[in-house]
Amino acid sequence: MSLPPTGTPAVERPPRAAAGPSRTRVPKARLFTWPLLIGLAVTTGLVVLSLFVGVYDIFGAQDGAEMFTITRVPRTIALVLAGAAMAMSGLVMQQLTQNRFVEPTTTGTTEWAGLGLLLITVLVPGAPLLVKMCAAVVAAFAGTMIFFLFLRRVTLRSSIIVPVVGMMLGAVVGAVSSYIALSTNMLQSMGVWFLGSFTSVLRGQYEPLWAVAIIVVAVFVAADRFTVAGLGQDIATNVGLNYNRIVLLGTGLIAGATGIVTVVVGNLPFLGLIVPNIVSLFRGDDLRSNLPWVCLTGIATVTVCDIIGRVVVMPFEVPVALILAIFGSVVFISLLLRQRRHA
Amino acid sequence: MITLTQVAKRYTSDVAIGPVDLTIPAGGLTALVGPNGAGKSTLLTMIGRLLGIDSGSIEIAGYDIAGTNSKDLAKIVSILRQENHFVTRLTVRQLVGFGRFPHSQGRLTPHDEEVVSRSIDFLGLRELEGRYLDELSGGQRQRAYVAMVLAQDTDYLLLDEPLNNLDMQHSVQMMQHLRRAATELGRTIVIVLHDINFAGHYADRICAVKNGTVRHFGSPDEIMRDDILTDIFDTPVEVVEGPRGRIAVYY
Repeated sequence: MSLPPTGTPAVERPPRAAAGPSRTRVPKARLFTWPLLIGLAVTTGLVVLSLFVGVYDIFGAQDGAEMFTITRVPRTIALVLAGAAMAMSGLVMQQLTQNRFVEPTTTGTTEWAGLGLLLITVLVPGAPLLVKMCAAVVAAFAGTMIFFLFLRRVTLRSSIIVPVVGMMLGAVVGAVSSYIALSTNMLQSMGVWFLGSFTSVLRGQYEPLWAVAIIVVAVFVAADRFTVAGLGQDIATNVGLNYNRIVLLGTGLIAGATGIVTVVVGNLPFLGLIVPNIVSLFRGDDLRSNLPWVCLTGIATVTVCDIIGRVVVMPFEVPVALILAIFGSVVFISLLLRQRRHA
Repeated sequence: MITLTQVAKRYTSDVAIGPVDLTIPAGGLTALVGPNGAGKSTLLTMIGRLLGIDSGSIEIAGYDIAGTNSKDLAKIVSILRQENHFVTRLTVRQLVGFGRFPHSQGRLTPHDEEVVSRSIDFLGLRELEGRYLDELSGGQRQRAYVAMVLAQDTDYLLLDEPLNNLDMQHSVQMMQHLRRAATELGRTIVIVLHDINFAGHYADRICAVKNGTVRHFGSPDEIMRDDILTDIFDTPVEVVEGPRGRIAVYY
């Protein structure tokens, strides 16, 4: 050791700046920066484009304006809400599990929501949409808690194993759903429900989706808490937060968003995975300043995929879930490879 | 002052901590030393209320940690455990900013920003404050975490093996930073150390833990002795007078 003993006067003095007046501050981070405004403009452009893409000639036909408000507007609002909610669910989930590969479709959350929806349809035929949604949300919450508790019990060596376990769990739950659907003659309608598609989003049917707007706002409010939770239970407790309460809150918000979106739209695979990861790559993991980006990117991604789905086989449509799955799996695999290179 | 009264935690019939009675005076740097599995980290985590105790009580600055709101405790004591394996992509400054959470609940005031800056400067991280944690070396990251708990501005600071994974140069630098925090900022620092010579050189007090109980407690001069160290570590230790104080030789 090359230091004077502690008893003698310290030779090394702290840099003057440490004790002196504060140095010129880093400018306070503003919410609306130029890049964000450009992102906002691009996303708005896509949303407007979505309003005018489709087989029906809304300008030429007699009832064009009416069709516009019955189908195009609801469809576009649904894109915005579902895109933002699912991307944010993925982000919150990744923080809570400290794992970049989880999101509602890689942890079984959507399958649980589907099971809840199926069970309520079988048990209470003709249940109103609100009841169906509640069943899906409750099931999604229970399923996600099971997954989180499992993660806590079992220390998994590799972060890649976590989504594998989640997808296996989801497959089991999905198999149970299929069995129930098969024995109640609902297999076909189940297939249609779960395959995420905005085709059937019409005025009078999509309105419950507005509830996810509340969830989006709640995530914004609790953003800092989720970031702290992402630093781990010890650090969260150290700064005086109740970690378990944050996990419960987060799970509730994720389950709410996933349940509602599953009932109204269906599965949107990988959306919660690709969006937060792309944003994190460029902007890091500070939740509060990232949320607008995650929202916009989620909306833009799902809108682009939906527009592609509407255009490629015109006058027919490809469900958005298929496009997302193709796009998402490519991103997912490249993330896995990137992780391996870094490890 | 940190006071432990009859603190005990039982794992299995033969693995247990305590009962421990211990008083760590306010001010200065206290090192917890002892062999692997002695219970040093467990003891520290219990003081930092990250781990519950089965019986007894722990008081920090007069507050019973079991009966005090975790939010309020976060302004009195901060604890940093060994490095987290998951690395969040936060910048150094953002991470240190979260140390202000107990004071501002995430909305940093100008005063918070000033404390954050001071803390960053104190650990020599000024050039790195805009860098992401996953772009830093292990030693730099460790310093960033220490800066975070320092920014929490608590009188009591508990650190679990902050020298883990640090090389010789960074270990020495880290100890110098902590020594200064104790001397110049008047913090009470309790630290788990593996290397008895670091404890002997930098600490004001050494607390030797063995088999879940406190075996010896005293100044480095009192602890750095052949018989005591041999007893604690179950290995022959010879203490020699070095050019800068006593050195334990055990190899």
